[in-house]
Amino acid sequence: MAYREKVSIASDGKRDGADYEAIAESRVPNYSAAIVKGSMEQTGTPLLSAEDITVRIGTRVLLQNVTFSIGPGEFCGLIGENGAGKTTLLRSLIGLQHSPHGRVRVCGLPPAKARDWVGYVPQKINFAPDLPLRVFDLVLLGCDGHRLGPRWFSRRLREQAHKAICAVGAEGFAYQRIGELSGGQQQRAVIAHAMARQPRLLLLDEPLANLDFRSASELAQLLGHLSRVHGISVLVTAHDINPLLSLLDRIVYLAKGRAASGSIEEVVQEETLSRLYGYPVAVIKHGGKLLVLPDVGPREGEDGCYVVPDARSAEGV
Amino acid sequence: MLVWLAHILHFSFFHSGPVRTALLVGGCAAVVCAVIGVFTILRGHAFAGHALGDVSSAGGSASFFLGISPLAGFLGIAAIAAMSLEFLGVRRVRDQDVATGIVLGAGLGLSALFLYFDITTTSTTGAAVTVMFGSMFALSPSLIWPSIIVAILGLGTVSVLYRPLLLSVADPELAATRGISNRWVGMLHLLALAGAVALAALSVGSVLASALLIGPAAAALRVSRRPCVAISWAIILGLVAVWGGIWLAYESYYWFSGNAWPVSFFVVVIIFAMYLLGAPCQQLLRRRVRVAEPLPEGTER
Amino acid sequence: MFASFMINTWIAATIIAVTAGILGFFVVLRRSAFAAHALPIGAFPGAAAAQLLGIQPLWGLLAFVAVGVALLQQLQRLGRRDVAAGLVLVTLMASGALLLSMTKAYGPGVFALLFGEVLGVSSADLLPVTIISAVVMVGVICLYRPLLLQSAFPALAVARGIRAGTTDLLFLILLGLVTAMALPVVGTLLVFSLLVVPAATAQTLSSHPTRAFVLSVVLAVGLMWSAIAFSFWTDWPIGFFVGAVGATLFSSARIFRFVRSRWRSTTAVAPSGPLNPAVFTRPT
Repeated sequence: MAYREKVSIASDGKRDGADYEAIAESRVPNYSAAIVKGSMEQTGTPLLSAEDITVRIGTRVLLQNVTFSIGPGEFCGLIGENGAGKTTLLRSLIGLQHSPHGRVRVCGLPPAKARDWVGYVPQKINFAPDLPLRVFDLVLLGCDGHRLGPRWFSRRLREQAHKAICAVGAEGFAYQRIGELSGGQQQRAVIAHAMARQPRLLLLDEPLANLDFRSASELAQLLGHLSRVHGISVLVTAHDINPLLSLLDRIVYLAKGRAASGSIEEVVQEETLSRLYGYPVAVIKHGGKLLVLPDVGPREGEDGCYVVPDARSAEGV
Repeated sequence: MLVWLAHILHFSFFHSGPVRTALLVGGCAAVVCAVIGVFTILRGHAFAGHALGDVSSAGGSASFFLGISPLAGFLGIAAIAAMSLEFLGVRRVRDQDVATGIVLGAGLGLSALFLYFDITTTSTTGAAVTVMFGSMFALSPSLIWPSIIVAILGLGTVSVLYRPLLLSVADPELAATRGISNRWVGMLHLLALAGAVALAALSVGSVLASALLIGPAAAALRVSRRPCVAISWAIILGLVAVWGGIWLAYESYYWFSGNAWPVSFFVVVIIFAMYLLGAPCQQLLRRRVRVAEPLPEGTER
Repeated sequence: MFASFMINTWIAATIIAVTAGILGFFVVLRRSAFAAHALPIGAFPGAAAAQLLGIQPLWGLLAFVAVGVALLQQLQRLGRRDVAAGLVLVTLMASGALLLSMTKAYGPGVFALLFGEVLGVSSADLLPVTIISAVVMVGVICLYRPLLLQSAFPALAVARGIRAGTTDLLFLILLGLVTAMALPVVGTLLVFSLLVVPAATAQTLSSHPTRAFVLSVVLAVGLMWSAIAFSFWTDWPIGFFVGAVGATLFSSARIFRFVRSRWRSTTAVAPSGPLNPAVFTRPT
């Protein structure tokens, strides 16, 4: 059982991995949202809880009374239009945002003390091409980058790094300079970096942006795999949620500084999404899969619908 | 072998006091600059490092008319300049170029004033040349121990900060996520940089200090994929450049019938050659990477 | 202060300040302050070489500037820009150290070339200054829009057929010309300060390109004049005053911007209006 092995990897070390195993046991590969919710109720307290988060810059309110929680092993999407405060919310969840009001608890601890339990993958990652770091070195820094003094050889540390690299499928380029890799490979390397300390919660800011179809869907599958097999809770922001739709358990959405959450069935509806983005959105069901598309096209007599000029002339209007 | 070596190096080379002082002080400067230079280049602070070197010339020239140790002068002004750089926002990529330029302009202005005082009060007309271009064989032996201490302090700072600095260099956001304060790491790095540059300014002159800082590190970065390998290469190249330069300058006394060429010239020429040679080496390295190393056992999925 | 022997100084200094202010706008925009520092310092041994060969200093400077521009352009392709500038600087300067060690009687000249001594400008010096300034100004006027576009939005410039390499080279040539022209008159430090400080201050104060451009020229002239006046009164080197006044200018601009941004942050960000497709439709 490959899955069982992975779970034992995730649960060894100093941490108590009992609830990882409990979640993983209760799961089958073709899991459904109901099972996840069930497991969450079994283990009780949410892994991440945010209450009344308010962030102001000057007099501009970026987030107002945002409240939501994520259970163990849940795969959540965070959506909202540009400038809705997605990145700000993620940053305040890990204690990087200055002066947020409200209460954030990760595994019952404030963010500054729960750094070991959270992995964060920032949005913009630009590694210099001459950076003398291999993927393996970056993952090692994920294990002990905050420690002072030189690093002495440690077998345990190297094994830990190897596990993280294997978990994201980065073995093929583990010994290459990180600056020379492709965007998708760098993204994987940073996820491995975030996974190095075996976190319980993984926060990713627009991981699918600027990736081609194949890399985006592979990355989405990888995140689903991490959540399912390793029992890690994942919160991921995305503009294009299509690659994620079949994997998400729940969607948290932000609009005008406020947040609400719901299941896929509740949120992925034309009305809700159109209201959220302030723009007509179509939801299409194709072969049992949901697809979210911006509703463009020549529709006569309707306001708020833009037509590409060339498209119109092509139709002879 | 030994006879051959002794023949090449002339017996008098190691027996001469000024040469020994130059070898020791220059060696200290080469090692510290190489180590700190790697991080400096990766942070995009090459200009800031050069500016610190130039600005420290104000301290060097002040030491002439104040009668203090030149190392103290270089070090003091470089540290003040490092703090002003931090204050003007050298950490932000957007402001770094301009902030460095302003500090450099002001510092060189100060240097002009002090050199003017040197000329008017102590009538040492050669001060400008000594401070700007260095004169390794004229270093006082009393500078050996202070140089070693400064070198150890600089290396100590970097080795204590090694991992946070590396992560902060790779991506500041990733570092912040791990609870590393980029501000503190950046400030301590700038202070260590000031120390390294002051040592280099003392040995090869303040204008050429950045040669030791940038050259070996830039050449090393082209040929290595791992941080510790890059640092080791930088140290080796830096030592080769400085010691080779000293030896060539010493020998040039015999080549040009008593008219020795300056050490700084040879040091920089060696460094420049190293950087250019880095390109073919980089090609070789690229070729080697394509044949990937086998993974250790037990890592298969 | 305006005695007959100072007239040439005032004229030359003003011409240099205007030219430097104009070009400095692009130096700051393109973030090539290191290149603007490396070229003057790297060119400085040219004067020593010229003295050694017994030719006009201007030719020596032009030769070294040409070498510097060519080296910079090549090294920038190999790696990081700042590393390239640093290596060019130290290489040229090292040859300067060698040349200086050969011409023993050059001590005071070093100081003048490095930090400037504007009190001794002869009428013969004015001619090359005027000609080269005119060339550079015409060059900047011709290249204004491509340079602006390429400096601010490199990707957009490529889409419009402006090649980065060509613009870079032209810009470096202009920079080199200003350097060679101004160096014998005002020294390396002043050239660099005039290229960076006024433009940086102007761009801190205004984000409007034309306004910042004009402000940069005005500030450059003001900086130059005040430095000459202070230097004349106190008899201290002019380089010190350019540095000190420049740092004061820039710091006050920063403080001003900080206060203004605090004051303005109360106003909300303007919402973007709807697109108007009719604007883009082609007439049929």
